[in-house]
Amino acid sequence: MELSGADILCRSLAEEGVKYLFGYPGGAVLHIYDAIYKQDKVEHILVRHEQAATHAADGYARSTGKTGVVLVTSGPGATNAVTGIATAYMDSIPMVVITGQVPTNMIGNDAFQEVDSVGITRPCVKHNFLVKDVRDLAETIKKAFHIASTGRPGPVLIDIPKDVTADKTEYHYPESVDIRSYHPVSKGHPRQIKHAVEMMLEAKRPVLYTGGGVVLDNASHYLIELAQKLNIPVTNTLMGLGAYPATERQFLGMLGMHGTYEANMSMHHTDLLIAIGARFDDRVTGNIEKFCPDARIIHVDVDPASISKNVSVDVPIVGTVSNVLKEMLLLLKELEQPAEQKEALVEWWKQIDEWRAMDCLKFTQGDEVIKPQYVVQKLWEITQGDAFVTSDVGQHQMFAAQYYKFDKPRRWINSGGLGTMGFGLPAAMGVQLAHPDETVACITGEGSIQMNIQELSTCLQYSLPIKVISLNNRYLGMVRQWQEFFYQSRYSMSYMDALPDFSALAESYGHVGMRIEKPADVEGALIEAMALKDRLVFMDFVTDQTENVYPMIPAGAGLNEMILV
Amino acid sequence: MRHIISILLENEAGALSRVAGLFSARGYNITSLTVAATEDPSLSRMTLVTSGSDQVIEQITKQLNKLIEVVKLIDLTEGKHVERELMLIKVAVAEPSVRDEVKRLVDIFRGNVIDVTATAYTIELTGPSDKLEAFIAALADVKILETVRSGVSGIARGGKSLHI
Ligand SMILES: Cc1ncc(C[n+]2csc(CCOP(=O)(O)OP(=O)(O)O)c2C)c(N)n1
Repeated sequence: MELSGADILCRSLAEEGVKYLFGYPGGAVLHIYDAIYKQDKVEHILVRHEQAATHAADGYARSTGKTGVVLVTSGPGATNAVTGIATAYMDSIPMVVITGQVPTNMIGNDAFQEVDSVGITRPCVKHNFLVKDVRDLAETIKKAFHIASTGRPGPVLIDIPKDVTADKTEYHYPESVDIRSYHPVSKGHPRQIKHAVEMMLEAKRPVLYTGGGVVLDNASHYLIELAQKLNIPVTNTLMGLGAYPATERQFLGMLGMHGTYEANMSMHHTDLLIAIGARFDDRVTGNIEKFCPDARIIHVDVDPASISKNVSVDVPIVGTVSNVLKEMLLLLKELEQPAEQKEALVEWWKQIDEWRAMDCLKFTQGDEVIKPQYVVQKLWEITQGDAFVTSDVGQHQMFAAQYYKFDKPRRWINSGGLGTMGFGLPAAMGVQLAHPDETVACITGEGSIQMNIQELSTCLQYSLPIKVISLNNRYLGMVRQWQEFFYQSRYSMSYMDALPDFSALAESYGHVGMRIEKPADVEGALIEAMALKDRLVFMDFVTDQTENVYPMIPAGAGLNEMILV
Repeated sequence: MRHIISILLENEAGALSRVAGLFSARGYNITSLTVAATEDPSLSRMTLVTSGSDQVIEQITKQLNKLIEVVKLIDLTEGKHVERELMLIKVAVAEPSVRDEVKRLVDIFRGNVIDVTATAYTIELTGPSDKLEAFIAALADVKILETVRSGVSGIARGGKSLHI
């Protein structure tokens, strides 16, 4: 049977098992919206801004491991989506973005709502396609899902001109695709793996430094097994939180710019750094010249281009994290030495425990003003560490990463690479849709939340009972902190004046609003909000204006040169 | 160090801009770039001359390999190879003495005069880039009206070949 391009798109998405399509209509995609109307396999979620569609699909993807899917119109629809595409690209999130385009015969004519979507997004997608012939559509969709979700995942964009969505052709959805120029490596090199394992058994001061790659590849249980077998301390990047249980003894906390004292000191003093699914980001390494001066480095990553990009490594292993860790565990079983190894690390652990005793995350909650750390800590207690937590970008994001102890992967959802303010609330929508019965909290600031606050309307439409935890310090806090430290407290444009009454605003959107001003009320308010299982609650916590995020490694410093308070 | 990277690329719209975009986005330099279809019309062959430290070149080849349309690539400078570049150069030859001098140089460099007018010669010359540069230097006082260079094409010596 012949189907229109629009119907083929819907059928293909259903074939891919797509449950939710996050989007916003417009002229170039009207045929597609008509096709959506006539089917019931894929549910379309209507956001209030295209950026939110991409973040919602992204949150869905991060919390499930499935590919998030977005549909927007040409021109402004596509450009509005770019921030979300770049956000997903930086954090290697599988996503397929469908953009409408002006009809093929008008491309290049500066037609109404024409923009070169393929050109604009080229540097921030894993790949993109312009489909000029309806006969190529189904196969292109198959390829897009394949590319987005394999190897190092990432967003793939499909630009579809309006006439292609009307044209008809025989529909056949391919079972699989083979792209001759795309065969991501999956198995690590056996000799390199063996070499790495031998080094791990010899090391006196090893550290496992693991990132988002462990989460993306669902390799958490292998990491736990490896770390515990060898008694090696583990630190996670911002993207890797949850991959190793934060409440477990061997966990050192997050590393990097706002990492813990024990994590950063261990990095500085290690003799063997085992980097897994992490990419030596500048927020992690600090000054590259001073990075891990005594260490030999093993690096496991699915993307060869991540290896020896910023820091040259001794043992590169290209492969999926799960495959490589599985191989390592098999080898360890054969070698049967772990017991000795455990003994050998006694000294190292003694040293680490001394660093730990610094208790670098301690803070004092007085009676007057609410400390942001306190809110996150209470949230963690009240949700028993089991909530999905999305965040925006700023101090609140760092407090969330430091004080919410994630014991499971895919629960901590934040924009690490691009640092996109406005990510938190729409991402939480995707998470809540994927996990309707779970608690989803969005930790945000009064600056960030205003970048996509219109999504409160989407949340009402789809009854998404997100708990918005706004740490309202009346400042663009992270900017203010840098100005305090490095610009002699000249607070240029970092003060948030003319703020709305967030509680009333949330109420006007049909949700529950709360304003919490006293430390004594924090716990009760959180308990009350969590009990409102089927309502979105916007909690406006009036927090300490001058609080800073510590520890902090200033630009140009090494990991051992932290500012502690 | 100068490197010649030879790439088999899907012969598709947009593939070239992906390669060029990668170089500008990551701040790598391109000395020259040539591209055309091969005997298999679905594939293009690109020769890209770039320079950088070993670490930069390693990143360049890895990043190129990540592009979905890149089918295969080699760094020709890692092995024995031949490189050739075509130059078309137009010089002013109004004076008979200059005409003789240019003719002599063209013979020495094994070039051809491919277009002649009373006032100008157009010369065709192929060879490695340094030969073309040597020719330009040898022209010394001769007035150059125009030069057009194709950029380098390269191929490995011996039986080795870049194919799928
Ligand atoms: C879209 C975007 N614009 C600007 C920035 C730069 N920036 C990083 S943190 C920050 C302040 C965030 O303020 P707020 O959301 O109130 O959080 P706080 O730091 O106060 O917790 C800014 C402006 C950014 N990360 N993203």
